[in-house]
Amino acid sequence: MSLHGAINVVVTDVVTVNPLIKRFHFARADGEYLPAFSGGAHIIVEMQDGDMRRRTPYSLMSSPLDTQDYQISIRRDDEGRGGSLFMHREVRRGMKMRIGMPANLFALDQRANKHLMFAGGIGITPFLAQTAQLMARGGEFELHYGVRNRELGAYVDELEQRLASRLHVYRDDKGEQIDFDRLLSSQAPGTHVYVCGPAPMIEHVVARAAALGWPAEHVHFEHFAKAPAGEPFTVELRASGLTVEVSAEQTMLEAIEAAGVDAPYLCRGGACGQCETRVLACDGELQHADHWLDDDEHASNEKVMPCVSRFRGNTLVLDR
Amino acid sequence: MPGSQMTSASSTAEPSARSVTASAPFRDESFRNDFTFRNSPDTVLRAPFPFDQDAYMYAVNMELHRDGKAGTAFEEPIDVDEHYVSEMRDRALVLDEDPLRCQSLPHMTLAGWDTLELLMTSKAASYPDWFALTREGDRWHWINRPLGIDQHFVFGDETTLPYAPLEYITRQAQGDFCVLDERAGNLWMDAGMVTTQADWSLDFDIGMNFFEWHAPVPLAHELGIFERALKYLRAVQQGNPARRLNWTMTVNPRLDTSPENFHVWGPENTHITKDNVADKLFLRIELQSFWRLPRSNGILFPIRCYFLSMRDLSTVPKWAKRMHRVLKSLPPELASYKGLDNYRPIAIDWLAQFDDGSPTTPGPFPD
Amino acid sequence: MSATIEPSIRSRPVYGTLAATDAPAHLMVADADGGAALLELTAAMAPAALMRAEILYVPLASTADHSEALRALDCPGFHSSPSIDALIPRLARSIERMKMGTQIYLAGSETLIGRAMQVAMQAGIDHQAIQTEHRGSLARRMQCVHCKGITENVTTQPADCAHCGLLLLVRDHYSRRYAAFQGVNINAEDPSDVPEKEELFP
Repeated sequence: MSLHGAINVVVTDVVTVNPLIKRFHFARADGEYLPAFSGGAHIIVEMQDGDMRRRTPYSLMSSPLDTQDYQISIRRDDEGRGGSLFMHREVRRGMKMRIGMPANLFALDQRANKHLMFAGGIGITPFLAQTAQLMARGGEFELHYGVRNRELGAYVDELEQRLASRLHVYRDDKGEQIDFDRLLSSQAPGTHVYVCGPAPMIEHVVARAAALGWPAEHVHFEHFAKAPAGEPFTVELRASGLTVEVSAEQTMLEAIEAAGVDAPYLCRGGACGQCETRVLACDGELQHADHWLDDDEHASNEKVMPCVSRFRGNTLVLDR
Repeated sequence: MPGSQMTSASSTAEPSARSVTASAPFRDESFRNDFTFRNSPDTVLRAPFPFDQDAYMYAVNMELHRDGKAGTAFEEPIDVDEHYVSEMRDRALVLDEDPLRCQSLPHMTLAGWDTLELLMTSKAASYPDWFALTREGDRWHWINRPLGIDQHFVFGDETTLPYAPLEYITRQAQGDFCVLDERAGNLWMDAGMVTTQADWSLDFDIGMNFFEWHAPVPLAHELGIFERALKYLRAVQQGNPARRLNWTMTVNPRLDTSPENFHVWGPENTHITKDNVADKLFLRIELQSFWRLPRSNGILFPIRCYFLSMRDLSTVPKWAKRMHRVLKSLPPELASYKGLDNYRPIAIDWLAQFDDGSPTTPGPFPD
Repeated sequence: MSATIEPSIRSRPVYGTLAATDAPAHLMVADADGGAALLELTAAMAPAALMRAEILYVPLASTADHSEALRALDCPGFHSSPSIDALIPRLARSIERMKMGTQIYLAGSETLIGRAMQVAMQAGIDHQAIQTEHRGSLARRMQCVHCKGITENVTTQPADCAHCGLLLLVRDHYSRRYAAFQGVNINAEDPSDVPEKEELFP
């Protein structure tokens, strides 16, 4: 039930950035500074949506140097579980909320001689924080940002002002495309690549980098994995002696937490491995939505990532 | 305060190892040559005794480092005790002889600043009579009364401190400090201040990952200890540190038992006799803690060293019995790896007089 | 031929077998019989790939010299250095000029592999990206933990530090940063005890 390092915050502003994106500003409810953090970090935002408690990760886009104000940007997703809709429709200035301590699963490699960054759409958010940190401490980087059009290109103006020639913007509506192959073929040793954006973009960059000889250790990416909604199902928590109902819009992890069981987690996006849970019995189909387990593990039905994955069938028993 | 010096504001001068004299409540003692180190009775009782049962085997044995139990070494997040000033003086001597005991790979400077902030804020919050930190944006003012330091500096600007940030603050903090970089699913020992180690070399190990720097430890790898420990550590978050205890034994209360100086202290391993074991052989406890660093996303890994002589142990009946039983039942490979072979039988013989065979209470704390 | 390196503690490097990749360019570095490993590697590579390969080689004159065969591959870059010391600056320049995506292959003695690895790491290339294969001598570089001096071509256990003279246990604990194994005084507890030296790393 515990939100790691929960901080009581108040929403100090809600800004419509464009027809799809809103930006939310948080300050500590007691007026103190928020914790310092590293660019690429995310916070878990807790939302009380009726009697459902949601916990969703969002990248911090604000500068790590300004810890009076945390900023996140959320793209409205009409098809999802409803978390972004809740934020867009229900959250207003002055509201009290709880957030978790910043955690970073998309950190810069501090050894890099140069950081080559690729952003698509809302994937720009972690780079806003990282470039702020790099500009302050020094560090060579380039940011290539693909947007649909000028209107939906969030923060282009701000980035142009701050980053000048380090920023390259590519507009879909003008047919501009990032030339990944050319960029990936022309980097000096010690360059690291970072990509955050829609899943197909990430997959493409990772595949091209590999094909062009880049070692995996130099390629970093973060999926904004959305835990999918689905049908309700039941799961037995053998170690806790409980049976839990997971509603259509709830993740398994949220349902486990709502039942009072303190399950481990970190990213809540299916990427970090911390919530990995042993499956003791499975009569039905596990719907894996994570990027952590490998294909064999998915097929074995012996493990599941409850932060994003679901189940359809008769019986699911977890070691939790 | 008698014996301490207040340097002038904005000064970058640093009192040398020899110029600061300890004054109450800090002892004035040595950890080399004449070995005048002694524990006050209170200090013995607050030591983090590492055995919670009558035998010892490796375990991940991590727990959260919070809810400090009053009257123990866990009471404050970063513990300062009566040995503080003398330990810092010994550290300065080690660094004079061998500056390679404190190193930081170039990409770890930000983690060094994170470490400086963590140690300063913790000490100032826990011991306001001794330490004070005031901050106005980047302009910080640090006072360390026991060491006579009054330092104005700009956070993030190395030119405003007499040493790089990691060295600066760890010259004022008891215990060793390893600073780990997290990347590629592993932790890398990329910076540290290591002058009170139990026989490993920072200079050699810097740059290694979690499994590599633990490579020489027998048995533990086969048990999967390090895989589990690494997973736990990667999940450590800001504001929620973890800790575990480790232990070995040392002849004389020598802090600097480094491989670099093995040819100096090594011979002492053969000097234990039944007549001197009580005061010359020490249980060396390591309180290890793990802290997520905010701006660098690294992990700070302090290793804080506590000495208890066999005589100190004998003043706590439960501890004497338990130490006897642990030593008797210790697997030979572990005993060899910990370097105990020369004196283990002598210690067992001496401790036997305190062991009547009766059961001990669970948990490590004195009855 | 080559004595096999047995895996031991986790910090003891383990080498593999070179395998050609589809990388856009290849940088190959070898000494002595590592040259044979490069010949096996290149035999599996398409001619087009060889056109994008550079080879840096330190022959061991008369006993392990594959220069002729390597030169005959006709790669755009082939350079022979008389010693590893002489090779290092050439290697540094080659790495400086290469683009990310170039596959690096190191073959031969542990000293060649370790020292070439240092150069690549210095340039910011992650060590796990580099392919290695051991051939030939087991002789070790050893850092004396006491005086910090590095002794080359250690073949015995124990071994003398060439700088301070202490007799050292040659451990399997290895530092990539120093490209050396750790040497610790073996008879500190009793300096009169001088164990026989055994040829353990020929």
